[in-house]
Amino acid sequence: MFSLIAKRILQLIPTLFVVSVLIFSLQQLLPGDPALVMAGEEKDPEVIEQIRKQYRLDQPIPVQYVYWLKGVLTGNLGESMRLKASVSDLVLAKLPVTLQLASMAMIIALLIGVTAGVVSAVKRGTKLDYIVNVIGLIGISTPNFWLGIMLIFLFAVNLGWLPASGYVSPFEDFWGSMKTTILPAFVLGNAIAGVLMRHTRSAMLQALDSDYVRTARAKGLLETKVVIKHAMRNALTPVITLGALEFGTLLSGAVLTEQIFTIPGFGKLIVDSVFNRDYAVVQGVVLVTATTYVLLNLLADIGYVLVNPRLRG
Amino acid sequence: MSAVSMETPAPLAIESPARRAWRRLKQRKSALLALFVIVALILIAIFAPLIAPYDPTKQSWSAVRKAPSLAHWFGTDEVGRDILSRIIFGTRASLSAGVISVGIAITIGVPLGLLAGYLGGKVDAILGRITDAMLAVPFLILAIALAAFLGPSLGNAMIAIGVTATPLFIRLTRGQTLSVVKEDYIEAARAVGNPGWRIALRHILPNVMPALLVQATLTIATAIIAEASLSFLGLGQQPPAPSWGSMLNAAQRFLTNAPWMAVWPGLAIFVTVLSFNLFGDGLRDALDPRTK
Repeated sequence: MFSLIAKRILQLIPTLFVVSVLIFSLQQLLPGDPALVMAGEEKDPEVIEQIRKQYRLDQPIPVQYVYWLKGVLTGNLGESMRLKASVSDLVLAKLPVTLQLASMAMIIALLIGVTAGVVSAVKRGTKLDYIVNVIGLIGISTPNFWLGIMLIFLFAVNLGWLPASGYVSPFEDFWGSMKTTILPAFVLGNAIAGVLMRHTRSAMLQALDSDYVRTARAKGLLETKVVIKHAMRNALTPVITLGALEFGTLLSGAVLTEQIFTIPGFGKLIVDSVFNRDYAVVQGVVLVTATTYVLLNLLADIGYVLVNPRLRG
Repeated sequence: MSAVSMETPAPLAIESPARRAWRRLKQRKSALLALFVIVALILIAIFAPLIAPYDPTKQSWSAVRKAPSLAHWFGTDEVGRDILSRIIFGTRASLSAGVISVGIAITIGVPLGLLAGYLGGKVDAILGRITDAMLAVPFLILAIALAAFLGPSLGNAMIAIGVTATPLFIRLTRGQTLSVVKEDYIEAARAVGNPGWRIALRHILPNVMPALLVQATLTIATAIIAEASLSFLGLGQQPPAPSWGSMLNAAQRFLTNAPWMAVWPGLAIFVTVLSFNLFGDGLRDALDPRTK
C-alpha cells in the first residue's frame, strides 16, 4: 500500500512542474510589451523599469521562468501591482472564506445528491426515479450565476428573509455568517448535487444487483436494513472519494457565485485581479487552485485505497 | 414448367451503425425533443435579423425598463432595448461559442490523442503530463485566466474555452485508441503495409467517433455555460453586441425594479444547455452497443 501511495506522490512532481510552466507561460500571451501592460494605468517609466527588473523581462524566457519558480517554491508568488501586497498574503486571507463556502456547499450537495441517488436506485424504473433524474438534469443544466440571481430575487428582494450580498465571518457572528452564506452555498452545491446523484444512483444499482444483497434478502432481513446496511455502505465509499474530485467544480463555481453575492473569497479575488489587470495575482490564484486540486486528488486516491481492502497490499 | 425458384434467402439486413444509432435515438423522446430545440435554436441564430422584432442594439429613452407587454414581449432593458430581440441575437454568440470552441478542442485534441495512443512511449508520457496539468486547473478558472491574458473579446473567449476543453479530447481519443490498437484488424492493416497515418485515420478514428460525438455534444453544453460566464464577467462578447451572459450582468443591477431582465437570458441559457445535455445523454445511450 505504501509503495502505491509513494508512487502516486512521485507522479505529482512532473504534473506540478507542467502546471507551473503553463501558468508561467500565460504571461507570454499578453499582447505587446508585458512590462507596459502589467503597469496598467501607471505610465511612469521608473515603475515600468522596476517591473522589467522585478520579472527579469530583459532576460531570456527560460531564465525568467527559473527565477519565477524559485520564488514560487519559497512561497513568494509575486507582488500585486494594484493592492501593493504580496500575492501569497492575499491568497491566504481569502482562502478561508471560499473554504467555508465550499464545505457548506459540499455538505448540501452530499445531502441532496446521495439521498436522491439512493431513492432513485431503490425505486428504479418508477415515476419517482424518473422525476429525480429529470430534476438532476435540470440542476446540472442551470447556470450557477442565474440560479444565484433568481434566489436573490426571491429570498432577498421579494421575501426579505436573507441579505442579498455581503459576508460575515462565522467567528464573529455564527448565525449572521450562516445567513450570508446559505444561499451561495446552496447555489454552489446545486452544481455538483446532480453529478453526485448520478454516481450514487449507478453505484447503488450495482450494489443492489450484487450477490451479497441477494443473500441479505434471502436471510429475510428487512428491506430498509438491506438498503442501508448492506447496499449503501458499499456503494457510498466511491461516491465520497468522488466528492473530493468535484472540489474543482466548486472552486470554478465559486468564481461566479462570490461575484454575485459579493463574498470576498478566492473567486472574487481572481475576478477583481482580472479587471485590474493584476496579472501576478491571477497567476498566483490559478497556481494555488491547481496545487490544491492535485493534492485533493491524491488524498482521494489514498482514501480510496484505505477504504478498499482489496487494494491494501 | 414452373421452374424451381431458387430463391436466395433475403440477405440479412445489416444495419449500418449510423442507421442503428438513429433508430435507437428515435425511441428516446427526450433526446428527440432536445434535438428539435437545438435545430430551432440554430435556425433562430441564422435568421435572427428576420425574426427579431427590433434592432437589438437600438436604444430608446422612451422605453426604459418597460415590463413585458404586447409591444415588447420580454420587456425592455436599462437603455430601452428590446429584450426579445437581444435574446434572439444572443443565440448567435452562445451557439457559435459552443460550436467553435469545441471545434478548436477537437482539432487540437483528437490528433494529439491519436498520436499519444498510437505511438505510446515518450510522446504519450509528455502529452499525458500536459493533459494532467491542464485538467488540474478547474475548467472555468483556466478559461478565465486564458481570456484575461488574451484580452476580452468573444473570439478570445472561444479560444480560451477551446484550449481549456482540449485535454478532455486528448484523453478521450487516447483511451479509445488504446482500446482498439491491439485489435486484430489493426494488426492486419499494419501487416498489409498501411502507413501509420492511414491506420490512424481509416481504422482507428472511426472507432473513436461515437465516443467523440457524445463528448462533443456534452462539451458544447459546458462551453455555452462557460461563454455565458465569461461574458457575464465582461471577458466575452463586448457591449453593445448582445450576449446572454452580459445581459444577466446588467440585469443584476436592476433586480428590484426590472426582474424580467434577469429571467429571459437565464432561461435561454438553461434551455440551450439542457437540450445539449439531454441530446448528449440520448446519443450516449443510442451509440452504446451494450444498451438495448
